[in-house]
Amino acid sequence: MIASGTRIKRGLLIAAALVLLATPGMTQSVAERLAPCLACHGENGTSTMPEVPSLGAQPAYFLLIQLFMFRERLRNVEPMTSMLKGVSDDDLRRMAEAIAKLPAPKADETPLSPDRATRVRELVAQHRCNFCHSGDYSGQENVPRLAGQREDYLIKALRGYKDNTRRGYDAQMADVVEPLTDAEFAEFAHYLARIN
Amino acid sequence: MSKHRRVCDGRIGLAVVASVLWAVTPSAAQDGAKPAGKQIPHEIHQKSSVPGRADIPNAEVAKQLRGIAPPPIATPLEKLPLPQMRLPNGFRAEVYVSGIANARTIRLTERGTLFVSNRVLDKVYAVVDRNGKRETKVIASGLDRPNGLAFHNGTLYIAEGTRIIKFEKIEDNLDKPPQPVVVYSDLPNTSSHGWRYIGIGPDGKLYINVGAPCNICEPLQGTAQIRRLNLDGTGAEPFALGVRNSVGFDWHPANKQLYFTDNGRDWLSEDLPEDELNRVTARGQHFGFPYCHQGDFTDREMGWGRSCDEFVKPVAKLGPHSAALGMRFYTGRMFPQQYRGGIFIARHGSWNRTKKIGGDVVYAALNRDGSVRSVKPFLTGFLQNNDWIGRPVDVEVMRDGSLLVSDDFAGAVYRISYGAPRTASR
Ligand code: HEC
Ligand code: HEC
Repeated sequence: MIASGTRIKRGLLIAAALVLLATPGMTQSVAERLAPCLACHGENGTSTMPEVPSLGAQPAYFLLIQLFMFRERLRNVEPMTSMLKGVSDDDLRRMAEAIAKLPAPKADETPLSPDRATRVRELVAQHRCNFCHSGDYSGQENVPRLAGQREDYLIKALRGYKDNTRRGYDAQMADVVEPLTDAEFAEFAHYLARIN
Repeated sequence: MSKHRRVCDGRIGLAVVASVLWAVTPSAAQDGAKPAGKQIPHEIHQKSSVPGRADIPNAEVAKQLRGIAPPPIATPLEKLPLPQMRLPNGFRAEVYVSGIANARTIRLTERGTLFVSNRVLDKVYAVVDRNGKRETKVIASGLDRPNGLAFHNGTLYIAEGTRIIKFEKIEDNLDKPPQPVVVYSDLPNTSSHGWRYIGIGPDGKLYINVGAPCNICEPLQGTAQIRRLNLDGTGAEPFALGVRNSVGFDWHPANKQLYFTDNGRDWLSEDLPEDELNRVTARGQHFGFPYCHQGDFTDREMGWGRSCDEFVKPVAKLGPHSAALGMRFYTGRMFPQQYRGGIFIARHGSWNRTKKIGGDVVYAALNRDGSVRSVKPFLTGFLQNNDWIGRPVDVEVMRDGSLLVSDDFAGAVYRISYGAPRTASR
């Protein structure tokens, strides 16, 4: 258990990260700008932190939309909204393009349960996750990559769509999760986190 | 829950230390040791959910079925798709206003102010025209899917996902709009079909769609309908039932009947069902959802034991997945005779179809009895190589008879006029 002292520190440190981001003079390269981001999200595209999504190989358009939503507080989650406050459209675009080039996240290496994989394949046939997220779950344009994403984050995202705490940019996922249950979210997450 | 949060917050803190020190991220220790399990190869070829089309789930073709999100940033003026737009002879298109990302519903006032709404973004704009020079102002932001707009006696009504708000005397206060007043909030909070369309009828009542909260389902009580209520929010009652999701309606100028577009269900097939144009001849009529589609076939899941004869049939079919949205009776005088008395309908264009269709404005010519004689393309060209370069959402007739068309993909409003070039409005 981490003491709440760390939480206070967290505030200060996010503030420090924000100062770094907002360094005056546009001499800051995209790489420099992204350094504080990748400390959380993982420098090689794979996040090692609970509920912090891996960003490697996400489609650039998906990233741009999400960064835009954070900036405009349409997706209102700290620390992301503060991190992106006031960033220009062009910089959002550059950051999105740079992040998209990070290597795809490493899949969870703990064993994939064959039973659960079978169940997920049946669910996919019914709910067509692969149509939009593409057959290998690498995502496309506005649709995110799911392959190798963190299991805890996948569950969080799906629950968020279901209980309306995460309102997607458009309503596509809302239609998808409408008939799904929490137990099924766990199955999807188990499977998707373990594929490359 | 809170315990859990704390743990992960602490870790986030550590990460930021790392970033500030320009050091490496903390190790994956918190994930615990990872036993090197045997990887089961991911099976790319899944079972198809489309009978007879084993290729669908993974082929290039399947990718075409997804929805394309409107860009959050508007297309710059010089890149708008004017050169690609096609119109019948004698008509011309110009840009009325650009730079309004996700421009959705448009409403003109007698004074010539144009209000423009958002669906995936959070703003409502006013575009003020002073002798052809246009100024765009944000009059409200931080709204929740503020798609629906209506203007009546100096008051602007905005329908958000779960409430209708109003700004009185808005045109006198565009630079400093007053606090909005909530008119009505008895609306379900659903993400699916959770944006609204509103209009004020010839009876002085406010009409609002409450879409089905799903692609196909037995709709929750009070959804899949068009409701009407008094302007003060009282007296709400269902007006039309069995409406999956209507994002456009208008009243016939002569017989005052409500006509509305309705979007058909998805994932049934490339070509079925078609979107509908409907006409309400009596309050409480049922238009079929979820049991009957396009007036002539029962749903493959919900339609057992039902018959399409139980429901009111559409006056026109508007194309499969074409996403027919905003519509207006043409009451102007600028356009030739053959365009008078009928309806301009914006078809936003398909998702859930491999070969896209729509993304245009069509004209529905009516017979004297209010039935539809024909539906023909009017403004086209937004679909290039099976990709959008623009997507019409709503139409509005200007005082001089020209037609405004909003485009939520490029983030602009175009003006269509007929005859010798004249400047917009006056
Ligand atoms: C303190 C840790 C932290 C930092 C620093 C941080 N993020 Fe995040 N980020 C998160 C968390 C947590 C989420 C998930 C939010 C949620 O649960 O919805 C997230 C979500 C995202 C997402 C959405 C991903 C998805 O799959 O939906 C993107 C994109 C993103 N961050 C980019 C960035 C960028 C760019 C920066 C730097 C400007 C940054 N992040 C800095 C913690 C962080
Ligand atoms: C109709 C297209 C479509 C289908 C079908 C679909 N998705 Fe999605 N999905 C999307 C889009 C678009 C987004 C991004 C939404 C947003 O802005 O938050 C998304 C986001 C997600 C996310 C959040 C990922 C992240 O990084 O934030 C998860 C998890 C997800 N989908 C899982 C699924 C699963 C599981 C299925 C099948 C049960 C599925 N999706 C089916 C279009 C689709």
